[in-house]
Formats: sequence, C-alpha cells, structure tokens
Amino acid sequence: MEFAELIRTPRVDNVVLHRPFYPAVEGTLCLTGHHLILSSRQDNTEELWLLHSNIDAIDKRFVGPLGTIIIKCKDFRIIQLDIPGMEECLNIASSIEALSTLDSITLMYPFFYRPMFEVIEDGWHSFLPEQEFELYSSATSEWRLSYVNKEFAVCPSYPPIVIVPKSIDDEALRKVATFRHGGRFPVLSYYHKKNGMVIMRSGQPLTGTNGRRCKEDEKLINATLRAGKRGYIIDTRSLTVAQQARAKGGGFEQEAHYPQWRRIHKSIERYHILQESLIKLVEACNDQTHNMDRWLSKLEASNWLTHIKEILTTACLAAQCIDREGASILIHGTEGTDSTLQVTSLAQIILEPRSRTIRGFEALIEREWLQAGHPFQQRCAQSAYCNSKQKWESPVFLLFLDCVWQILRQFPCSFEFNENFLIMLFEHAYASQFGTFLGNNESERCKLKLQQKTMSLWSWVNRPSELRKFTSPLFEANNLVIWPSVAPQSLHLWEGIFLRWNRSSKYLDEAYEEMVNIIEYNKELQAKLSYKYGFLKPEMHSPCLKFLLLWFL
Amino acid sequence: MGGVERRGLPSPFQRSHLTQGPHCVLGNSSLAVRRWLALFKGSGRSCSGDRSQRRGEAGRGGEDRWQERSARALGPRGRPGPRTPASRGRRAPGGGAWLLNQPARPPPAGGEAPTPRPPAALRTRAGAGGRPARSPADPPAMEHIRTPKVENVRLVDRISSKKAALGTLYLTATHVIFVENAPDTRKETWILHSQISTIEKQATTATGCPLLIRCKNFQLLQLIIPQERDCHDVYISLIRLARPVKYEELYCFSFNPKLDKEEREQGWMLIDLSEEYKRMGLPDDYWQLSDVNRDYRASICRSSQPLSGFSARCLEDEQMLQAIRKANPGSDFIYVVDTRPKLNAMANRAAGKGYENEDNYSNIKFQFIGIENIHVMRNSLQKMLEVCELKSPSMSDFLWGLENSGWLRHIKAIMDAGIFIAKAVSEEAASVLVHCSDGWDRTAQVCSVASLLLDPHYRTLKGFMVLIEKDWISFGHKFNHRYGNLDGDPKEISPIIDQFIECVWQLTEQFPCAFEFNERFLIHIQHHIYSCQFGNFLCNSQKERQELKIQERTYSLWAHLWKNRADYVNPLFRADRSQTQGILRLPTTPCNFMYKFWSGMYNRFEKGLQPRQSVTDYLMAVKEETQQLEEELEALEERLEKIQKVQLNRTKVKSKQSEPSKHSGFSTSDNSTANTPQDYSGNMQSFPSRSPSQGDEDSALILTQDNLKSSDPDLSANSDQESGVEDLSCRSPSGGECVPSEDSGKDRDSDEAVFLTA
Repeated sequence: MEFAELIRTPRVDNVVLHRPFYPAVEGTLCLTGHHLILSSRQDNTEELWLLHSNIDAIDKRFVGPLGTIIIKCKDFRIIQLDIPGMEECLNIASSIEALSTLDSITLMYPFFYRPMFEVIEDGWHSFLPEQEFELYSSATSEWRLSYVNKEFAVCPSYPPIVIVPKSIDDEALRKVATFRHGGRFPVLSYYHKKNGMVIMRSGQPLTGTNGRRCKEDEKLINATLRAGKRGYIIDTRSLTVAQQARAKGGGFEQEAHYPQWRRIHKSIERYHILQESLIKLVEACNDQTHNMDRWLSKLEASNWLTHIKEILTTACLAAQCIDREGASILIHGTEGTDSTLQVTSLAQIILEPRSRTIRGFEALIEREWLQAGHPFQQRCAQSAYCNSKQKWESPVFLLFLDCVWQILRQFPCSFEFNENFLIMLFEHAYASQFGTFLGNNESERCKLKLQQKTMSLWSWVNRPSELRKFTSPLFEANNLVIWPSVAPQSLHLWEGIFLRWNRSSKYLDEAYEEMVNIIEYNKELQAKLSYKYGFLKPEMHSPCLKFLLLWFL
Repeated sequence: MGGVERRGLPSPFQRSHLTQGPHCVLGNSSLAVRRWLALFKGSGRSCSGDRSQRRGEAGRGGEDRWQERSARALGPRGRPGPRTPASRGRRAPGGGAWLLNQPARPPPAGGEAPTPRPPAALRTRAGAGGRPARSPADPPAMEHIRTPKVENVRLVDRISSKKAALGTLYLTATHVIFVENAPDTRKETWILHSQISTIEKQATTATGCPLLIRCKNFQLLQLIIPQERDCHDVYISLIRLARPVKYEELYCFSFNPKLDKEEREQGWMLIDLSEEYKRMGLPDDYWQLSDVNRDYRASICRSSQPLSGFSARCLEDEQMLQAIRKANPGSDFIYVVDTRPKLNAMANRAAGKGYENEDNYSNIKFQFIGIENIHVMRNSLQKMLEVCELKSPSMSDFLWGLENSGWLRHIKAIMDAGIFIAKAVSEEAASVLVHCSDGWDRTAQVCSVASLLLDPHYRTLKGFMVLIEKDWISFGHKFNHRYGNLDGDPKEISPIIDQFIECVWQLTEQFPCAFEFNERFLIHIQHHIYSCQFGNFLCNSQKERQELKIQERTYSLWAHLWKNRADYVNPLFRADRSQTQGILRLPTTPCNFMYKFWSGMYNRFEKGLQPRQSVTDYLMAVKEETQQLEEELEALEERLEKIQKVQLNRTKVKSKQSEPSKHSGFSTSDNSTANTPQDYSGNMQSFPSRSPSQGDEDSALILTQDNLKSSDPDLSANSDQESGVEDLSCRSPSGGECVPSEDSGKDRDSDEAVFLTA
C-alpha cells in the first residue's frame, strides 16, 4: 500500500495553527506518510511536526467555508487547525484519520525512520538478559538462566531467556507452564542482595473450580525459600475477583498445597477501568470552566490517584516483605502482564538504588516491561481521547510512570533522572520513531525483525547530548531503600503530564534552570579548586590527616 | 519560679521554660564555627536525633530500630557534608546548629535517668554566667499548675496507634513538655501554652485516660495518662494556662533571649514604616502605593464599609473618592472593590451600613468579590483540619473532605480579588478603593496579596515583614481576637492571616524564583503569630500596643527572623530574574488546579507525609558551600600568586613542580587555623574516601560544643528525612480492605502481620 493513496490533499496554504500559550501561526500544512507538518515559511522555528501515530482523535467543525480540525494527541495535547475550504478540510481530516490508524505495524514510522545522529551504542544490545543475570550471579548461585523458551514455544509472552531456580530443570518448567496462565511460569524478577530474598512473578495458577494442583509448580516456588522460611504470594486481585477467576479455569494458590506461603490479596484495577479513569482525568484537566470545588470532585471522581495509591501501596508492601520481613515473594494477577509488572518494577525502584539511575531504569523497563511481555501495542494503541470502547487499551505503563514520579517527588535527590525522562518514556510508549515499544512481546518483536529494521530508543537516549536533558542535577547516590509515603496528602497530580498543555511552565522552567546553574557553578568551582591545588601538590597529600592533627594540636 | 521548685523540678529545668525559645540560642554561629561544622556535616543520625528531639513533634515514639539503622548508615555518606541533601533534612533555624545532637551524646550517668534532662541549650546557659536568664517578674501562670509532672505518660503516634512513647509529662508556666524515657533518644516535645487550641479529655479506657491537645500551629498531641486524677489535673491546668486573661501572662513578657536593651531596641527598629512610606514616595500615610505605579500614580486605598444604609450619603466621602481619582491622572475612574459577597453587603444595609451607591459617586466602577466572612473561614479551616486528622483516609475521603471544607475555594477567592486589584492598577492604571465590612480582615488579605503581585520589594525578606507590619499590624488587624491570644469570644477567632500566608505560599509554588524567602519563613511567621513569644502580634491595635509598652517589654520577631535569615532564604531567588521583577502575572482564565493543599503547613508535624528530601535545603547547602569555595579559591589564587612572585624573583626558569614544596612551610603557616579554606577543601576532597566510622567520630567531636544549639525547638517540623525511611505499615490504609484470603489468616501471628492488614 502506498501512503499516497491515503493522502488526498498533501498540501494546503493559509492554515492557521492554534496552540495554548502560543500566538496563532499561519502557514502551509503538509501531510506526509507519517507526519503532519505546518510551516510558517517566514520563520523556520514556527513549525509543527506531529507524528500521525500520536493522534488519538480528531474533531471537525465548519463555520461557512472555514473548516476547523481539532487534533487530540495521545500525549494529551490539543491543537486546532483552521483550514480554508471545506473540501480541503474534509480531505485533510480523512487523511489524518486514515494515517493515524494504520493497521499494519510494518507501516509504522519506526520502519521508515532513518536516524540523523551517530549511534554510539546499539540500544538493542544494551540490556541483554545474560548481562543482567551476571549482576546477580556474583551474589548467588541458586539461580540459572534457562533457554527453555528459546523458540517461544513454552510461553509466547516470555523472552527466550529467563532466570529460574537452579534446582528446577527445563522439563519441570514445561510442566509448570501448563499450570500457569499464558504459560507464564514463575521466574525471577528481582534478587535482593542484602538478604538474598527474591521477587518472582508469574501468571495465575490454573486451578479451576476443582482445585487442580501441580507438584512441579509447588516445587519450583518452594525452591526459592530458605529452610524454615515462609514466603508471601501477593495476588494483585481482590479475593472475590480471584475466586471468580476459578470459574474460567484460573484461580489462586490454595494454602493446603502451598503451606509455606501466605497469600495477600490487593486490588489493583485493570483494563477499561483504568482507561476510563484516564479519560475522566484528562477531561477534568482540560475543563477550564469549573470552579475550584468541582475541580477537586472531578479529580476525585476520576479515581486516578486512588489507582496510584493502590499500586504504590502494593509495591511498598512487596518491598516490605523483602526488606523488612526477610521473606521472598511471588507476585501475580491474572495474566501477569500488567498490575504484576507495576508492582515488581516499583518494588525494585524502592529497594534497589541501581534502578534509580538512568541506565538502571532503562534496564528495568527492558526487563520488567518489554521482555516480561507487557503488551505495549495493545495497551497504548489509544489514549485519553479515544471514543471507541476497545477492550485492550489501558494506561498501565503510564500509571507505573506516574508512581515513579510520585516517589521521585518525595525523594528528589535519589534519582539520577528527572521528570522529563519519565515524560519522554510516556511519549515514546504511545508514539515513536523508535521500535522499542512496538509489538506486544519479544516473540512478536522477533518476527517483526525490529532489531534489524528499526532503531532502539536507547540508542538515541544514551548519548551524552540527550542524557544531559534527562539527568537530574540533584542526584546524590542513595544506597538505601526509600520508603515513599502513600498517604493522600503525599500523592499529587502529575502536573508535568496532565497539565502540561494547560498551564504555562515558564516559571517552573526558569526555576529548574536556576537550580542547574547553582549546582553547575558549584561543580565548576570545585573543579577549579582541585586544579589549582594541583600546583601545591606535595603539601596536600593528606589533608584530612593534617586537619585532624591541627585540630588536636 | 519558686512554685516550680517547691514541686521539686530539677533546678536546671526551671530555667528552661523561661529562657527556652527561638532566639535564646545560637542563631548566627560565627562563620568560623559554621565552616568548621561543615567539615563534619553528614552525620544523618546526629541531625535526626537533634531535631526529632527538639522538634516537639507529636509522637512518633518508639524509635524504629530499623529506621535508625538506615539513618546511621546514611549519615557519613561520602559527600562533602553540606552537599549531602538527604542528610540535611530541614535545618532547624540557627545555622549549623542542627548538627549537634543530644541523643548521640553518651547517656547521662546512671541514676540520673528519671530526671528529664533539660535541652542542652538551657543547660549551657546555666553555666554560661552573665545575667540571669529570666524576667524580673515570676510568671503568674504558676498558680494554675495543679500538677507539674506526671510520669508514665504515653504519647500516641497518631499514624500508628501501636507505637506509643513512654515518658514523663511536665507542665511549666509556659510549656507542656513531654520527655521520652527511651534512654538513647530522650526525645522532648515542647508545646507552648499559647499554641494550644483545644484540649479534649476522652473517656478513660483500660490503658488510661486519653488527652488530646490540638495546637494552633496544627500540631496534634495525643497523650494517655495512667491515672484519671492526674489527667483531670493536667486538663484543668491546661484549660487555664491556654486561656490567659491578661496580656502579662503571655510568654513574650517572660521570654528573655538575653539581648541587652540596645539590641532589643534595635530589633524593634528593624522594620520602620515611615521609611517604607518614604520608599513608596509618599509622605501621606493614608496611602498605600506601590513602586510600579510611580509613573501613573494609580493607588490602592482601603477603608471600611460606608454607613450608607438604604439612602444615606456623605458628601465628604464622595469628595474624598473624587480626590483619590484625581490624584491619578492616568485614569478617569476608580474601582471600588467590596470584598464581600453581594448578599452580605446588602444585608448590611439594613443595619445602616452597606456599600457605595454608584449614583452618588461619580466615575466609580463598583465590584463585588465574594470572600466569605470570618465565621465561614473558621468553619472551613475546622473542616479541613478534620480531614487532615483522618486516620488512614482513602484518596476519596481526602479529596472529598478537602472539597467540602471549601478551604481552597476561599483561598482562590482571596487570590482572585488580589489579582483583580493588581490588574486594575497595573493594566488599567486605575486606582482602587478596597473595603469589606470593617476593613481589617478581607481588606487586609486582599490588599497585601495585590501588593505582593505588584511590588517586588514585598517579595523580599524585609519587604514581607514590612508588608505584614503595614497592612496587618499598623492597620489594626485584630490579632488578639482573631488568634485567641487571650481568653475571649471564640466567635471572633478566624484564620485570616493564615489564609494570607497560604496565598503567599501558593504564589511561591507558581513563581519559584520570585520570592526571596522560603516556605519555612512563612511557617515560622504563622507559628509566631500564635506563639506570643514576641510582642509583634499582641493586641488588637497599635493603640493597645503602645499602652502596653510592648516595645519596651518584649522582643521583636522581625529581628529574630532577620538574624537567622540564612535559614529563610529561597535559594532559587534571583533579583535579576524576569519573574522577580515587576508584576507577577497570573493567568486570567480560571485555573482551578492552580491552588494546592499545603501539607507542609497543615500536616507539618507529620514528617512522614512530607517529601523526604528537600530540594530547597539541598540547594541552600550547595550555595553555602559555593560561597566557601569562592572564598577558598580567592585565598588560593592569592597564595599561588605569591608563590609565583617568589618563584619569579628567585629564578626565571620555570619549574613549577618543585615550587610548591619549597613553599609548603609558608603555606601551612598561612593556614594554621582549623577553619581556613584550605583545610576545608582538603577535607572535602578526601571526603568520598572517608569511611563511615570516621564520619561518626568526627561528629562526635562536635558534640562537645554544647553552646551551639538549634533554636525554635518546637518549630522544626521535619526531621530525619535523611533516613529515607517511611514506616509504611501504618500507612497502607487500603490494606484494611484487603481481605486476607481464607487460608492465609488463620495462623498468622498478629504482631508479625501488622503491616499486612494495617
């Protein structure tokens, strides 16, 4: 298929672009296969480049011969185009609609994108499972890499390589896979070096109504327990929901079969409930008419912060089990691809300092989201403005990023990355020139040959020029477990995402700049000083010692 | 005084309640000491201990073993001290004094245990010689203390009822003090009587008699007293102590920060309104005019409502408004802003009051801006505080409660009025006359918000003091009535200035670089409006204050704040930033989401709810260090220059490597004192390699410096942020809804599983 077929009118002059906080711009509108471009011609800076895949919904309005298209983006931005001529307007609208809803992944922009930057490090190979495992293998010998899923035959949503207890062989894994939803047998998610406790994740056990059991499954998860120790199973569903799942062949671990485990049920919402929550929230944020009171009630009615609180609470609970109780945990919901991953990844942010660095966080996303089989393609197909009630869209990943932001807000000095990094990830998960978030799992990505045909997001991000934008000047490595508060007073609306297009960030940007300046200047002085001290070297050999001497004298 | 002695309080302790207070202790430690301290900063534990002890924070008793461990582990993290943000937490006012931690000191020798150790600052004063640190007159409050001391009292942790700290409760003439028994912390919680808002005696239970003390600075103290009789005595005593009937009973008349007469007088001179009017270019003290308007002479005036009733008019008043209009050639009309809801204003007509009739006044534009009256505001705050007090509320409980309180709507109304006036003055160049009913509540709020928006001077530390002095104190805001300093009509109490302070905070959130002061400054001002520790906010009018000879008998808060200004500076403030100059422009469209709940104020004693690392404090530390680096660099460059000169004189051949060693003797002697920049930097450079134990030893050294002590013990709201530790167990309310699965709950050891079901 040629894109030209879809573009009915490639170019319209005298189009006026309206954006909040910017003066209107008049210029020429061009449609290409992947972009909507508006150029004012006189001034190159006044340009708009919008990926079609970023368009969530469009509205058309006509006043006489003047047509107006309101474009609502997946990143919540709303822009307005005034197009002279009804026919042009209709053509543009239908072209945008067609181009923003391409049904074939291989027609997406990442397959056409040619990077204009020099690739220093190929992001597709930045976070190989083998390398990640090496980080653990120095601390423990109880785990091994298994290639049982090499051809994606055992579990289609797992990567080819997973980490499992050493004492369990591949044959047992195959059996366990038949007992777990989607073949998602328990695998290692996180190893807590401090006390050797682990987080495992899986799909729900397929106990069904007649209480089916699987000896290998029991053996597998018991293999992770130390002698005489108990573990916790955190089911991200409420007990009722879990019980209902039995009717559909799912279920939960019965105590009789798992006597060494205590089960805890939390209730993290999924799918359309989250999607509706997002829709309501964004609607409330965009509504400029209501007064203070109705704003708060709309915020409340969206339930977004309630979801945040529930997810964070569960993650903290998981982290508590590991760090304070000294107990290993298994986390699952139904499929083990959504709320499960929110909890396992947030628990790691809380527990592990590395995951609060830029590279560590990238590795976490790679491990706990991409390779763990979070169906990005399905979940991020539509955003807050979609009208169609499709079943699979859900802002699961955005909720995770929001939770990270909440922790970052409470511990601003413990993260190497800043808010912009999280916003960038949100944008790329929904629309991107990179192939990283395409596909629903590793198996699909393999078939699409993304590694060969597209560029990895990490190749672009991990260059000094980009990293600079995402690095927090406040970062001071903090090797502690960080316990966020989950009280309502401590949870805030993420303005950087939800009010991004509704308020001017000028003064906040200035403040950030000033913050950078203060810290940069300090570093500069330190560098200057140590350089100058170089000239006085011999006397500076042991300043600390000298100081103490002086003090005692 | 004698009263206390008779009741057998240890002697150092007596002094404490008289002298204890913000500026009785080191506020501006000498630079040398501060820098020297900086070398050793970074012991998170020490700083946590110090502040948690002095903070007067309502009981998070029973120091968590695990929490402490983390705090300790974190302490000597390998950065130069001041740069370690996590270990800084919020500094108690008083410069580097927060480093000194009482708990880290070796516990007192045995046998001393049951005696509460008075805060170190007070003990040192005992031996410090000099004047007796107390006022000549015994505080009259002594006779009201029915029992000076109750042992085995438990201070309940509001968040986790499981954790309660066992300790001793003391009543003094000015404070309620709770001292924990735990020998390693001996945490002290100090509450000024004047801060007590309500005391509630609850039904006796098996464990004892609960006493709930709510404070005007939003602290909440829940005590359980073993004996009903004791509880009753404490209750009756506090009821009386918290409701003084004479000004002389207030703390400021006994509070003595050991300043001599001259210093006291200078303190009162710090903020001089006549100078302020001069600054505004006005000889006439009726006017309130801001800088920005010099060109077009628009002005903001204030008054009370006209006594118009339904038909009365007053020609002189009409002429006066005319005169105001004419004083501003830039505009042919003036705005008259009535800050009441129209309905209220109309109701006032029936009582012979009301508002200006546009027919009688030429060229006025009349505008109602509905700000509710003091009674609505009082109830609103009450409702919001109830929300803050909720035990483990859900997100919905909280947001609903916040909305139902209407608090943020009221804040928005005040801001809207301020914005309206600022816009009228700056954009339409029109003068504005503002009034409400009496002209001292809403009018003061609105005028001062408008002034802040218009004039950058008021956004500076001193300017803000001037603003409060001018718009609030001198214009007769009824501090005594509104803030209940003396026992009076509870219906007169209303959080009017609290709302203004919150408006300022809301502005600082939106314009982070525009204000010279930080959040702490606002919180401390709020605190002292109620504390009655300084004379500034006493009485209902200037006249009363003069009659009481406030300036001769008490101290000025402004001097205290100014002395400690290093703690109140906003590190992001830059006079040359665009947003710090001229007018602060807020969007005209109603931005409902602009105003946020201020947990730093209303939940400020619940440190767990606040961000655990403070960007402000981090940046303050960086700036402090930067300043030291600058000085050091300068000194170093001088030295290098000298060396170079010597070198040049000696030989023309350059051999730089050998030079420094030749002159090392010279340089050492040059820097032979411990606090020279060179040594500091030397240490700093070696910091990263220092082992944790070194750090501990170092901080232990400092602890011997007893005379350095943080001030405002009951002010430092937050502590041990450095630990990064939050006891989640108590804070996962939704966990309550988590239904334990039928097979998991059976054999659960209830204690062990607390965090799962809490």
